[in-house]
Amino acid sequence: MKKTTRTLAVIGAVALLAAGCSGGDGGDGGNGGDAGGTGPIDIWLSNNEAELAWGNAVVEAWNAEHPDEQVTAQEIPAGASSEEAITAAITAGTAPCLVYNIANAAVSGWVRQGGLVNLSEFEDGDSYITDRGGENVTSYQTDGAFYQLPWKSNPVMVMYNKTVFAAAGLDPENPGMATFDEFLDGSRQIVSSGAAQSAIWPSPTSEFYQPWFDFYPLYLAETGGTMLVEDGAATFNSDEGRTVAEFWATMYSEGLSPQEASTDDAMSAGTTAMQLAGPWAIASYAESVDVGFMPVPSSSGAEDVFTFADSKNISMFTACENQATAWEFLKFSTSEDSDGQLLENTGQMPIRTDLATTFGDYFAANPIYESFASQTERVADVPSIDNSVEVWQVFRDEYSSAVIFGSESVDDFLTNAETEINGLVGG
Amino acid sequence: MTTTTRLRTPRRPWWGAQPIGTLFALPYLVFVVVVFVYPLFFAVYIAFHDYIFTAPGVSVPTPFVGFDNFVDVLTDSAVLEAFRNTGVFLVIFVPLTVVLSLVLATALNAGIRFVSAYRVAFYVPYLTASVSLVGVWMLLFSQNGLINTVLGPLAPDPSWLVNSGLAMPTIALYVTWKQLGFYILLYLAALQNIPKELYESAATDGATMRQRFLNVTVPGVRTTTTLVLILAIILGANLFTEPYLLTNGGGPDGASTTPVLLIYQKGIQQQNPDTASAIGMLLVVAVGLLSLAASRLNRET
Repeated sequence: MKKTTRTLAVIGAVALLAAGCSGGDGGDGGNGGDAGGTGPIDIWLSNNEAELAWGNAVVEAWNAEHPDEQVTAQEIPAGASSEEAITAAITAGTAPCLVYNIANAAVSGWVRQGGLVNLSEFEDGDSYITDRGGENVTSYQTDGAFYQLPWKSNPVMVMYNKTVFAAAGLDPENPGMATFDEFLDGSRQIVSSGAAQSAIWPSPTSEFYQPWFDFYPLYLAETGGTMLVEDGAATFNSDEGRTVAEFWATMYSEGLSPQEASTDDAMSAGTTAMQLAGPWAIASYAESVDVGFMPVPSSSGAEDVFTFADSKNISMFTACENQATAWEFLKFSTSEDSDGQLLENTGQMPIRTDLATTFGDYFAANPIYESFASQTERVADVPSIDNSVEVWQVFRDEYSSAVIFGSESVDDFLTNAETEINGLVGG
Repeated sequence: MTTTTRLRTPRRPWWGAQPIGTLFALPYLVFVVVVFVYPLFFAVYIAFHDYIFTAPGVSVPTPFVGFDNFVDVLTDSAVLEAFRNTGVFLVIFVPLTVVLSLVLATALNAGIRFVSAYRVAFYVPYLTASVSLVGVWMLLFSQNGLINTVLGPLAPDPSWLVNSGLAMPTIALYVTWKQLGFYILLYLAALQNIPKELYESAATDGATMRQRFLNVTVPGVRTTTTLVLILAIILGANLFTEPYLLTNGGGPDGASTTPVLLIYQKGIQQQNPDTASAIGMLLVVAVGLLSLAASRLNRET
């Protein structure tokens, strides 16, 4: 008995010691970073090969001019997702100065953690961001300020396999699948002709971000760019939301979209004919599939529909010591020159006004990217809201239930998800 | 034993009778405290507060909220379903594991041919990373996979992994198969300790093979069975990789969600460590009670 007490006492003492140690370094302050500080900085890039090549080139160009403010670039550390790696780095105080792969959905959580620098507090912060990206970028503000620079978008369109389309008897150059009805007919034709095992294969998994590549682009098209949540309330329990949900429910119930995840890349394997994808996919499939692109379908079948921006942005972290250098490098890496190189290297669309005219030569030489450039004028992102990830998870769970697996009605899904999400964004 | 300890205790300094021994044990003690004891108590603290992880030096109020987090998770139908799913898993996995591993270990111990080949065959799945094996099972059990092709018209509709009634049993089957080698090994070791004389005298008394198994082998490995039960319960309660990968994150429609999967979603993805910790606490208590029950039930009367 006494022995146990003593052991516990020892454990308790050591635990206190450990707690004391970890509590101790809390003192130096996450906002210890100096807004005016200059000197060497670290940045993290996504692990996309083309982006890495771009990033390293930009860093090299900067370093040649700034011997006292050297920039060191590395890939975002491995994790289940870059968001998880960044959350961990913020908590540990090991975040770099800049990260070039910020998804809007994660920003509100990181602001709450005290991890992000308010870029609007730089003297030319707001003006630089809005001059580059146009007035529309205000939708990326959190609590009325920019904690991220809207950097590049990957507007989502319908990518299709021309060979499969031809085999199914559809015109590969002009498939005529702009309305929901046409899309369903075309899909039925693909599957019944045996040209592919499925028509379109969005990932049916339960991750919170999956709606961005099935429901959400079509919802933005149907509504002309209404985000999932606006003015503190869910918007999707509407005729438009119902139409899109019922469209997907039909795709699943008729077996045109599989309920199971693909065991390999369905597009390359030829097990599906279509995929919702951004311009990044052009380079990825260049070798394996002859792909074409069309706007996402809507009930009207309009050509100039909205879609999901799938943007990746840049944030500065409070752990950064030399924030003045970081801000200068941020501007350098998003200048017209750097943006042009980004476009050329990766095919992703810099978020800047007059994209098509600024880089006219590029689009003239690469016509397949041109449709994406004009699509960038009609994109919306995820709303900047509190509890963003939780909201999308709720949406995904209810959607899976009703639309993918048909175990509840579409109306129940819309009502339940609306009620729950309003509780999360209002509270 | 107890009496001597008690008598000697008062004279012993706090570092014990063997200071060198304590010194050798100290690194491990520190390790346990740092990676287990401290996080456990910290998790208890988090579960009773409105807590978020912040950047160092950023202070955010983390008020004490009593049992609010527990009320939140216990009124969340997804959490209740996750615990129910774990129940389904344990009901299939634990008995299947105990019976199969004991029977197979006994067979291996009986000197059948190609014993080493069988041992390797049973042990290889245990050694292989779940991630790669899951890929193979997805191919086997998918809609157009091998199993359904063989079954033909008997194939379940919806298919195994997207059938809310079959998803969890399929996972239980997978985990049983994957972990079996480890439990067989435990039983093989235990079987070596049963005196041969017991079998001989049972045979002399005219016991059949079945009777010898039930009356000599089963009681002979009782302590190992307790260990296997407890380990299987702990493993089952911590299920994550399989529902995450095999059924696409607890699908279909939450039918294979587990508490640990929800802890990951809430704690890591959604940055709500407080409710995640509350689920963790409930899991610790549930596993503790189940393990206690298992060892009590299996105690020699």
